Parts: sequence; structure tokens; C-alpha cells
Amino acid sequence: MSKFLNLATVLVLMASAATAESVAGKFGLGRVALLEEIAAWDKDVRPNGEGLPVGSGNVLWGEEIFAEKCASCHGDFAEGVGNWPKLSGGQDTLADKDPLKTVGSYWPYLSTTWDYVNRSMPFGNAQSLTDDEVYAMVAYILYSNDLVDDDFVLSNETFFNVEMPNADGFIVDDRVETEHALWVGEPCMQDCKEDVKITMRARVLDVTPEEITATEEVAAAGNAADVEKSVAETAAIDPALVKAGKKVFKKCKSCHQVGEKAKNRSGPILNGLMGRAAGQVEGYKYSKAMRESGVVWNAETLSEFLLKPKAFVKGTKMGFNGLKKDKDRAAIAAYLSTFE
Amino acid sequence: MTKQTKTQSRRAFLKGAAVTGAGLATTKAMAATPDPLITEVQPWAQQLGDGVDVTPYGLPIEFEKDVVRRNVEWLTADTISSINFTPIHALDGTITPQGCAFERHHSGAIELAKSDYRLMINGLVDQPLVFSYADLERFPRENHVYFCECAANTGMEWAGAQLNGAQFTHGMVHNMEYTGVPLRALLQEAGYDISAKWIFVEGADASSNGRSIPMEKALDDVLVAFKANGEALRKEHGYPVRLVVPGWEGNLWIKWIRRIEVMDGPVESREETSKYTDTLADGTSRKWTWAMDAKSVVTSPSPQSPITHGTGPLVITGLAWSGRGAIKRVDVSKDGGKTWEIARLAKPGEKMALSRFYLDTDWDGSEMLLQSRAMDETGYVQPTKTQLRAVRGENSIYHNNCIQTWWVRENGKAENVEVS
Repeated sequence: MSKFLNLATVLVLMASAATAESVAGKFGLGRVALLEEIAAWDKDVRPNGEGLPVGSGNVLWGEEIFAEKCASCHGDFAEGVGNWPKLSGGQDTLADKDPLKTVGSYWPYLSTTWDYVNRSMPFGNAQSLTDDEVYAMVAYILYSNDLVDDDFVLSNETFFNVEMPNADGFIVDDRVETEHALWVGEPCMQDCKEDVKITMRARVLDVTPEEITATEEVAAAGNAADVEKSVAETAAIDPALVKAGKKVFKKCKSCHQVGEKAKNRSGPILNGLMGRAAGQVEGYKYSKAMRESGVVWNAETLSEFLLKPKAFVKGTKMGFNGLKKDKDRAAIAAYLSTFE
Repeated sequence: MTKQTKTQSRRAFLKGAAVTGAGLATTKAMAATPDPLITEVQPWAQQLGDGVDVTPYGLPIEFEKDVVRRNVEWLTADTISSINFTPIHALDGTITPQGCAFERHHSGAIELAKSDYRLMINGLVDQPLVFSYADLERFPRENHVYFCECAANTGMEWAGAQLNGAQFTHGMVHNMEYTGVPLRALLQEAGYDISAKWIFVEGADASSNGRSIPMEKALDDVLVAFKANGEALRKEHGYPVRLVVPGWEGNLWIKWIRRIEVMDGPVESREETSKYTDTLADGTSRKWTWAMDAKSVVTSPSPQSPITHGTGPLVITGLAWSGRGAIKRVDVSKDGGKTWEIARLAKPGEKMALSRFYLDTDWDGSEMLLQSRAMDETGYVQPTKTQLRAVRGENSIYHNNCIQTWWVRENGKAENVEVS
């Protein structure tokens, strides 16, 4: 087709689009989005496979990636650590008292899993996986739910061979039909029931956070200012490095806490890390490897560990991949040294 | 004029009657000794306060430091993907100050500068477009007050009374005046396909929170907002631009909104399949449960706001709202739902906005089982928890709009309870 014809076709198409099928604006604001820009942001994948890129990955590879990038929160077998989401199990529990909702037991579409892993995971390092890695990881999640065999390869072609157990488990909101008819009209004002008894009390459960009072808060704020001051003093060596470390620490924050209110999470507290023997924080369940590593933490050992965690302490349960840049590792050490 | 004169003369008459009518007047308490706060010159009456350059942007005075957002640690694995609660027990009126309005993030509150902000409209449009922040400010603007309620508000109470405080049971709600551009105008600017039934909206943060919304709603009242309560949105509420979806669950109110795709079907994203779907007793689940049904709660007295003044005049107050229109009436019961009184609305209800109600009463010091019951303009009456459970079971998590009960004791303290 000649260029002229191409152009003519486009013009005809544009004219018909503008007149017959669409509503167009009048302000002339904004600019035309480029194809590269749309490709960069338009990543959603739909149940019919629209948006799914060409690619593939198998269960075994997925298991490796999962162990490295996901298991610290979701568990080695996708069974979930602590309060983090469980991704496997729970089939046939949806009508139970405490249903377990996982990819296998609840999610109606495989596209949702692919889409979510691709755009939003891993937590704290989203959009870092290649398409093939996403295929592999989703294959592993399916395997952990007994939905595919260990030799399964998930690809844009095998995608629709997978049956999701709860695909038919959803109905469209019917509250207006099923509920509103029950609860309309003039309500009862007098003698609405014979007897009223207390059947349950929140205090018995006792799960409400403690109250705070204005005076305590003022005092606490004062302390915080003091702490900040002392932090600033100890870090006087290189405040810029400490500041940089605080930024890098964002990568660690989903598992490790520092500061006054720090608690063990999926990783141990990192207060007072420098000079401490590895594997010694009370109340934290370390891997055997870490407990028996004989490592004492200082700027050098920490840097070495963070370069390749699994190589330095073989068998550590820390899922983190490591920090490749020297300056990032130095910054983390500087930052952590400010927490006594 | 006439009316005023009449009132004045009536007052004068009553006063006269009280003085002469032996023993009928309300006897006021007497202080044993003069109050030093009155008789002695206080430092604030003698020395000087802060100058106008001390607080370029003010926070509440230190005496109000307890009126803050709180979180419930055990609810989520991490505070970065979590929720906190508006201190509704300590607020009055209807507008929620941004600084204490609840937050819900899936990957933390991000910092996105106006200069780095881009909004893309693509999909079934004549021309996919990119808007800058400055572009958005050039479209005709509207102002509206709307409540935003998380679908999980009161979600911890399905299986029984659990959290002891209105902030924790009902604080996943806020109400602000938004300034923004109707989404309709932006869709028209791109030339949307009139056969397209859906849009997909997504945020710029790492969670890429994305939801599908029917085109009918998108063209109706959805706002692309950049100001709340007169000032820029706070970081935690989606600065510089968020979506406002009146009356519908908070998860749809995409923060840091970066993309709107016009589509012929829903995406069925994680947030509209595995989350924000309501599982019924038989194990099937409702999806697309967007609208928030009518709901109310007594904010004071309540567990965090006990009665401290003894018997006599007592202001019972609370909030009511509906995602399906304006609040028409709120009733209050002091006996766990046996008898009800009609409360006073501070002003006529507004569509998809919080209403404030008051019941000005005389407390005799006896126990109360305080409840409130909202009615909206559709005629819907807020149900009891028993009624809700009869239809849905206890596993819905979301959309618990049941009548709440506070057990107020003789000492004025209150507790979250369930009643028969």
C-alpha cells in the first residue's frame, strides 16, 4: 500500500471515530501519549489474556526465584510467614468459620496473579521481575497449590490450560435486591424488643491498643527530640552517609525495624547491631546457620554479608538478594551504627 | 423584630418567676473558695505569647496531642501496607482535618512532586493523552464535600465486639471538601468510545493499586481532585492528585492516580477479586460491592470519650452517612434498641457526605446501651448486626454497616458490646 493510501485510511478512521462513536473534548489541553509511554504504563492483564506478553517459565526456576525474593514474607512453600499473606492452601475452606483465601482457594482468575506479581511484587522492589520470571513464579505458586505438576511450564500459550478452583465462586453485588427490601420503611420506635442482654464484651478480648493521653504524648515528643539529638551527635562523623543509609534502609524495612519502638518482624531488630554476635537477638527465631555462624557484626562483616547474604552465611533465612553497590553497604552500616 | 422582643420578654418573665417562685429555680453549685485561675493573675494574662513568625504552618496545640490517628498493630504484617484510624471520638462537626484523617496504603505513602506528575488516558479513546499537573488546573473546577470510607471499616466486628473505641471500630472514614475536575471532562478531552463500559484507574505507587469502575459512574460524579479542605492533598492522601469516587468504597479512590484506561471489560485486578469481595456463609462471594450502605455511630459518649461530668445535661453525638444519597434521619436508643428517639441533625443531610447528629438529653446516671440508627433518602434503615449476619454470615470482612452498641456504666465509662 502506498503512503498516500495509508494516510487516507487513517484520516477516514479518525473522522469516523470522532463523529460516530466517541465524545471529544474542547479544551485542547494535554498532549498525545506516545506509544512507548503507553507501553511503559499500560501493563494490566485481563482474564481473556489481553495484555499478557510472550514468555514462559517453569516450576523449578520459579521455586528458586520464590525462595530468593518472596519466601522471607510468604514462606518457602508460599504458606505465609506471620501476618504476611498465605498464597497456598485453604481449598474447600470458604464456607468454614475462618476461611483461608489463597491463590488456590479463592482467586478466580490466573490473570490476576500474573498481573499482581508483575506490577506490584516483590514488596519494596516492584516491577523488577522479567516477564519470564513472572511466568516462573506464578508457575511455582500454582504448584504450591497442587494445581499443576512439578514439570509444568507456564507460558502465554499454556496459560488457559490452568483451571482456577474458585472461578465460579463469585456473584455480582445483589444487596439492593436481597437486603434493601428487608430493611426499608418506618422503623419501630417503642417496645421494639422485650428483653436486651449483653452477649459479648470487647474488654473480655482485650485487643484494643492502649490509650494515650495528651500529657504523655508531650513527654514522649520531648524524649524523641533528645534521641534525635544524640543520634545526630554520634553520627557527626558522616551525617551524609547516615542520611543515605536511611534511604537505602527502605529496602530492609519490610522485615527489619530500628529505633525506640522496634520489634522483631520477619527479620530481627537491628538496634545495637554493631559489635554484637550474629544470631543473638532475644525472641527472634534465627536459622541454625546464623546462630552458629560465629560472625560479629561490624562495618566490614555487615558489608560482606550484604554483598551476598546467602554466600556469606550459607543457610541464612534472610531472603534479601543483597546490595551490589559498595556505597550502599557503607551507608547502611553508618545508619545502623546510630541505633544503640 | 417582633419575634426577638417576644423572646426577650418571655425570658424576662421566666427570670422573674424563678426569683419569686420559691424553691423552683435550678440551684447552681457554690465554690467553697475563690478560684485562683480567676483571682490570681495567670502567666498567660501577664506575659507575652508567640509572635506571628513562630508557626508558619500550625499544628493543634499540645493539649490536643492525643487526638491523632492510631493504628492497630496486629491487624497487618507491616505498617507500610496497612491502615490507621481517624480519631472520630474526639472530633465534632463533619469536616475531617487532613492531618488526622485515616490513611490506607498498600506500598507506603510516596512523595511525588507536581513537576513529576503525569496523568495518562489511554485505551478506547480517539487520542491517548498525557496531562501535566498544570494542565489539570486549567479545566473547569468543582467543589464537593464527600465522605471516604474503607470497605473494611467495622470489619473486625463481624464475629463479635472486638475493639474498644469508636476510633477503632468506625474510624476508617473521613469527610473532606474536595476541589477538582470532573473525570467526565478528561474523558471527553481524550474522546472516549461511547460503547466502552468500563475504565481502569491505577496509582503511581509501587502497589500499582488499580480498580475497574463502570463508565456510568465515571461519567456521573467522579472527581479528579487536587485539593482537600482548601489546601493541597496531603502526601498520605495521594498528593498531588487522587480520585474521588463519591459514596463508593475507599479502595476505588486511587491515590497518586497516574493512568485511566477506557475499556470494554473489567481488569479483575487483585483488589477487586482476592480483596474487596465479600464472602457469604455458603462460601460464595459478592464482587463489585462498591456502594457504602447507610451507617452511623455514636462518637460520644463512647469508650474513648466517657462521661466525666456526672448526671444532668448530656450531649450524645455521632456521625451518619450513606453512599446511596443523603441522610434523612438518625434515631438514638439508650436501652439497646427497645425504644428510640429521633436525634437532631446539625443540618440537613447532604449526598454522600457525613451528617452530624445530636441528642441533647438529661442523664439520670443509670446505665445505658447506646445505639444509633441511620436512614437515608432511599428509605433504607441501618440494620442490626443480627440482621446482617442472617443474610451474610460472619466472613464478609467488608461492608459491615451494623448498628453499634456502647454500654455506658453508672460511672460514665463506656464499652463496646453486642446485645441480643
